[in-house]
Amino acid sequence: MHVHRYERVWMAFGFAILILFMATIFVAAFVDNINPPSGSQTIDPTKVGSTPPFDHPGLHRNADGSYDAYYVAHVFAFAPARLTIPRGSTVTFYVTSSDVVHGFEIAQTDVNFMVIPGWVNSAVHRFTRPGTYLLVCNEYCGIGHQDMYGAIEVK
Amino acid sequence: MIHANSPSKPAENRVVLAHVYTATVAICLGAVFGVLQGLARADAVEAPAWLDYYRMLTAHGVLMALVFTTFFITGLTLFIVYRNIPRPERRLTVAWTGWWMMLLGTAMAAITILSGNATVLYTFYAPLKASPSFYLGATLLVLGTWVVAFEVFENALFYRRNNPGAMLPLPVFMMTATFLMWIIATLGVVAEMLLLIPWSFGWTPGVNVMLTRMFFWYFGHPLVYFWIMGAYVIWYTIIPTRYHGTVFSDGLARLSFLMLLVLSTPVGIHHEFTEPGISSPWKLLHMVMTYGVAIPSFLTAFAIFASFELAAIRAGKRGFVQTVTSLPWNDPFFSGAAYGMLLFILGGFGGMVNASYSMDTLVHNTIWIVGHFHATVGGPVALTFLGATYWLIPRLTGRELWGKSIALWQTRLWFIGMLVMSLSMHYAGLLGAPRRTASVDYAGAAVAQSWEPAMLLAAAGGVILFISICCFATVAIGTLLANEKTHDTTADFAPADPTSETPRAVQHLFRWAIVALVLAVLAYTGPFAELLHSNAYLAPGMRTW
Repeated sequence: MHVHRYERVWMAFGFAILILFMATIFVAAFVDNINPPSGSQTIDPTKVGSTPPFDHPGLHRNADGSYDAYYVAHVFAFAPARLTIPRGSTVTFYVTSSDVVHGFEIAQTDVNFMVIPGWVNSAVHRFTRPGTYLLVCNEYCGIGHQDMYGAIEVK
Repeated sequence: MIHANSPSKPAENRVVLAHVYTATVAICLGAVFGVLQGLARADAVEAPAWLDYYRMLTAHGVLMALVFTTFFITGLTLFIVYRNIPRPERRLTVAWTGWWMMLLGTAMAAITILSGNATVLYTFYAPLKASPSFYLGATLLVLGTWVVAFEVFENALFYRRNNPGAMLPLPVFMMTATFLMWIIATLGVVAEMLLLIPWSFGWTPGVNVMLTRMFFWYFGHPLVYFWIMGAYVIWYTIIPTRYHGTVFSDGLARLSFLMLLVLSTPVGIHHEFTEPGISSPWKLLHMVMTYGVAIPSFLTAFAIFASFELAAIRAGKRGFVQTVTSLPWNDPFFSGAAYGMLLFILGGFGGMVNASYSMDTLVHNTIWIVGHFHATVGGPVALTFLGATYWLIPRLTGRELWGKSIALWQTRLWFIGMLVMSLSMHYAGLLGAPRRTASVDYAGAAVAQSWEPAMLLAAAGGVILFISICCFATVAIGTLLANEKTHDTTADFAPADPTSETPRAVQHLFRWAIVALVLAVLAYTGPFAELLHSNAYLAPGMRTW
């Protein structure tokens, strides 16, 4: 099949861009360890309230000075609703749902993932900028979905 | 070389019209819900209690994404098949059966949604549980498209039997590829329905939520290619007749549709990048496949612009400005398709970001995504289909198009409205504004206030789009009422550029469909096994609305 010279140039250009995009993403994934949240831990959603550590949602300090934050998402609120984090700390968020599918997004950070009943999902973030961050559910979960939010205070 | 000039046959026209009119009604109703929703979200109007925001959102999504697009594509496909493969005695029972099934399914789903028994949005994610009639209706809609697919394949095989050694006419080849892809893709939604229907009746106690999501996205992404392929067939084979153009390369056009057939399905997990239960290697694989399916769109972009330029050169025009100004911008059909192509540039760029394994986290489930799919299905697809409706109706009814200048302004307003709305949504999404929510007030949080101006601008874009669809309805109704006869009811399809020849390898559609199916199965084997092996919780249904 005859392929016009301009088209060959165009396709080479298109391929080059795709390869470049994918190369940067693979480097980010394998060198810098930037991967989207893919939690593999399962949990019984009907027993979230009695399963540690989700029976006491909130902030837990680790021995190395970092923090773990445990959240339960349920219609139509997050537990805890408010969280206070010391400025400069690195926090791993562990989130599960006790009912339907929810979203966990801390606006203007890269913490943004799906919360699926039966699973624990997680993401890490270092809070360097002080202020109040807005936590929102970004997956439709029912009639009160727009009221499902929380606050994270960094100071 | 394709130059079909098959005469218009009233019986065939009636069944095509049934599909096209249903699509027309769906987009008009969908637009009413769309504009109300945009205004409610921007706090410009209050949604009435009997028609809450999420019910409108479900109705808008289902009517636009599933009903309008599907009925238009089935109608367009039957039109293409009938006009390119003339048969002296054509039985239309199959085509009518498909339409009745699709219509009945749509009616069941629509009544369930409007009565408030299926406020689950068009993605119907479990454990949200709608009434069984919603799932049954959606399944019937899909099964109806399988009946139409049978009609397409039967005609393609008839053509092959009666024209040994001849290639399928290009538009028929394209729609056959589209429906082969569609059959493979809809296996996912049927599998999901096999889990959801017994569950919604209460016959099974629970469903594996991640499995239903995987099945949904196995179907959900090829669905967007189903729409896009419907628009591409128009861009490749019909639009050139509006400017005395040709198909740039018959072989490359077929190759791009084969690539769409093969690569559309094994990509769906890019919708699930931020979900638990699916491990990173499978997410990366689906990302690579997603970038792969961009290649046929690159081919298409080149082919369309090359076709413009070759026609201009043949007409003695030179250079960019002369090429652009020589195009028939005052033709509503061309205008709709061309503005749609421009919107697709925005849609394509955004898609590259969404498909990125790492960048997706920044935009996932923000209103950026809504901006993206309005710049794809709402722009290139819807605008091309609206433009094509102006071309189809005279050819199907024998009536002259009434209000051509209104039709022209309809396409321009849609372009402006969609650009304003989509860009505002992209911008607000980058600032973190979530999608699918009745309000972005969040008790006056500072960051939420930064989203307000963009939300108002998006609502303004929605109002422009609504005015546009009112123009469309005016033209459609005006054409039927004015009832001016036209004698030009034949449909021309663009011939291929005389210099191009088509290799055999790209003509074996059904063989490539097997490759597509194998690839889809392979790409999903891993995630499927992971989800089955996990200690999966079976969720009972919940009604949280």
